[in-house]
Amino acid sequence: MDVVGLSRLQFAVTSMFHFIFVPLTLGLSILVAFMETRYVRTGDEQYKEMARFWGRLFLINFALGVVTGITLEFQFGMNWAEYSRYVGDIFGAPLAIEATLAFFLESVFIGVWIFGWDKVSKTFHAVSIWIVALATNLSALWILLANGWMQKPVGYVLRNGRAEMVDFMAMVTNPYGLMKFAHTLFSGYVLAGFFVLGVSAWHLLRKNHTDFFTRSFRIGSIFAVAAILLVLLTGDYSAVLVAKNQPAKFAAMEALWETEKGAGINILTIPDTDNERNRVEWLRIPKLLSYLAFHTTDGVVLGLKEFPKEDRPPVIPTFFSFRIMVGLGLLMLFIAVIAAAKNFRGTVEKHPFFLRLLVYAIPIPYIANQLGWLVAEIGRQPWIVYGVLRTSDAVSKSIDATQVVISLAGFTLLYGFLGILDIFLLTKYARKGPEDRSPVGVTLAKEV
Amino acid sequence: MELQITWFILWGILWAVYFMLDGFVLGAGMLHGIVAKNDGERRVVINTFAPVWDGNEVWLITAGGATFAAFPTTYALMFSYLYTALLLLLFALIVRGVSFEFRSKLESERWKGAWDTAIQVSSFLPAILFGVAFGNIFKGLPMDASGYHGTFFYLLNPFGLLTGALFVLLFAVHGALYLAAKTNGEISDRALTMAKRFWPFSLVVAAGFLVAAYPATRLYDNYLRLPALLVIPLLAVVFLLLIRIFAAKGKVIAAFTASCATIVLVVATGLTGLFPNLIPSSIDPVYSLTVFNSSSSQYTLGIMTVVALIFLPIVIAYKIWVYRIFRAKVTISEVLGDEQAY
Repeated sequence: MDVVGLSRLQFAVTSMFHFIFVPLTLGLSILVAFMETRYVRTGDEQYKEMARFWGRLFLINFALGVVTGITLEFQFGMNWAEYSRYVGDIFGAPLAIEATLAFFLESVFIGVWIFGWDKVSKTFHAVSIWIVALATNLSALWILLANGWMQKPVGYVLRNGRAEMVDFMAMVTNPYGLMKFAHTLFSGYVLAGFFVLGVSAWHLLRKNHTDFFTRSFRIGSIFAVAAILLVLLTGDYSAVLVAKNQPAKFAAMEALWETEKGAGINILTIPDTDNERNRVEWLRIPKLLSYLAFHTTDGVVLGLKEFPKEDRPPVIPTFFSFRIMVGLGLLMLFIAVIAAAKNFRGTVEKHPFFLRLLVYAIPIPYIANQLGWLVAEIGRQPWIVYGVLRTSDAVSKSIDATQVVISLAGFTLLYGFLGILDIFLLTKYARKGPEDRSPVGVTLAKEV
Repeated sequence: MELQITWFILWGILWAVYFMLDGFVLGAGMLHGIVAKNDGERRVVINTFAPVWDGNEVWLITAGGATFAAFPTTYALMFSYLYTALLLLLFALIVRGVSFEFRSKLESERWKGAWDTAIQVSSFLPAILFGVAFGNIFKGLPMDASGYHGTFFYLLNPFGLLTGALFVLLFAVHGALYLAAKTNGEISDRALTMAKRFWPFSLVVAAGFLVAAYPATRLYDNYLRLPALLVIPLLAVVFLLLIRIFAAKGKVIAAFTASCATIVLVVATGLTGLFPNLIPSSIDPVYSLTVFNSSSSQYTLGIMTVVALIFLPIVIAYKIWVYRIFRAKVTISEVLGDEQAY
């Protein structure tokens, strides 16, 4: 593999690893803030214990999200110097703004939240976790506006041998960036909802702290249903934007080779890229693809053959990532609705099979989140900035393959190791359950 | 004032504040195995900076982001030329952050011992790497129209290593004074002793740096042109001396404040000499990256100036406020009584 291929692989490894932790941070911060607010409002100690228990899992996860984020900012310059030089005038701004507006708030107030239980008032303590939640979501906005600009560059001119910003507001209001923000954000909420459901289900199966975890289950199920509906809604809108702005990506997502008016979708498709056709097309739903693309049944969807081969994204990974993501999304809708229904009937504990299923469902949103990024980023190829700069022209000139092999191996080993430790600690503290704050437990702790 | 100059100053402020704030976390991390004698004391040491270390590190992320936004060509070339050094820096910063969070999550001697070693190594490495990197930036990198002609080992030249040693020693003194100010009793005494022990070395190396910079770099050009600027390095030396005077009197907070000023002034000394370069070329000044030939467009600099002037004061205000919330000294009983403490 050459420097471009290795650098792409390294960016994939480091950003996908980073994104194992980000979605849970996005969603769980809001849930913890909600729980603590309930505590402040009602004085019910159990809500405080909930905020502390889920907050501890939040923090174990948060730590890795923070430290792996620095890599991404540095990597643009380290591996993608030509890219950074060419688009830095417009792409650097959202990154710097993200740090100034969001990272400072997040990092300062997470300190207040962790260490300030006895140092600030109850209300202010709850406010600080709301600030953390707001700041993480705000940081997602800026980084996704930056990514949205790579997908659909706006507000720039090519001048002085680079892309220069001429309209800041165009970048900030780029529908593509805002859509990515919404879709990614709600996907994170779904993940957090499923995380809370899965961990609660594990304890409910064992009849641990039943009241505590029934309440957690309720919050998780409502959050998950609302979020998955919003994910599907924003996903639908994403498809429209992709079809309009990135027709080659859209064609690859559905493995559509020939341009079609009123194009349909096959339930089962197996693409044959060598012969530029599909080996299997089974169970066709007519006109659905045109409808998804343009919200009209006789829209014309461009096929892959309209684009020169060097301008097409890799079909197989784009196609399967998209397909599996959508499938998992629908599966999660199904699971979340059942969870919410059982919760409202108050019969959650009577369904051990469903509870066990929820424990095993924890990885589903993680996989769907990663696949979503694969669609977005592989589908954008061969461009790093769609239609403006090719990925192959974006790499640093001063690094060689050996350097990147070493760094890639280093990241893989270090991240693999830290990932295992993080999962180990998350599992340990998730299984441990809430702290024993009953009078007996506190006395025991003091004697120790 | 031209926006490029404004951004050079802001860029310098970001780095100076970063080194002032993370400097004591790095220093305390390096020393935590020496200052603390048992698990309880080690936890006290970590908890002195636990509420603030993450916020301190964000100054680095902001400095990186500001380099990208304001001087994209410098960002691109600096980060790709220093690839291996930055890689080591990233690994160290990643391990450091995780160590704080993970160390006390398991009651096992081996687990904690491993993280303690990790904290010391991952605190020492960034200190020396930043020093080596800035030493080489002051000196200039071997670059011309066809790119960079150095390797990672080229960076380990005598002047680079001298600057690395300067950073390590300044941070060690800085961290020790922070620990002395934030703890009581024996830990505090040991930390203060440590600060006094490292201080003479920092003085010698600082003097060596000021002398060696004359043949090794062009930092003195600006000072020779405008001798009034010499007040900056002069003040740096004054504050460095004040550290020892206050430390001798046992005035730890004053000594720590002097140490803060020293670090800011050392950064200011270097960057004042560097201007208008961001990375000089050691081959021919024609190829140097300056604030003028590597900056963003006026439009982008304008937007970023507005953002910085509105939000940096807000950031500084709430940071000071939060530092005040956590101004009390950290004690063992407090750490042991809080199951969320590190």
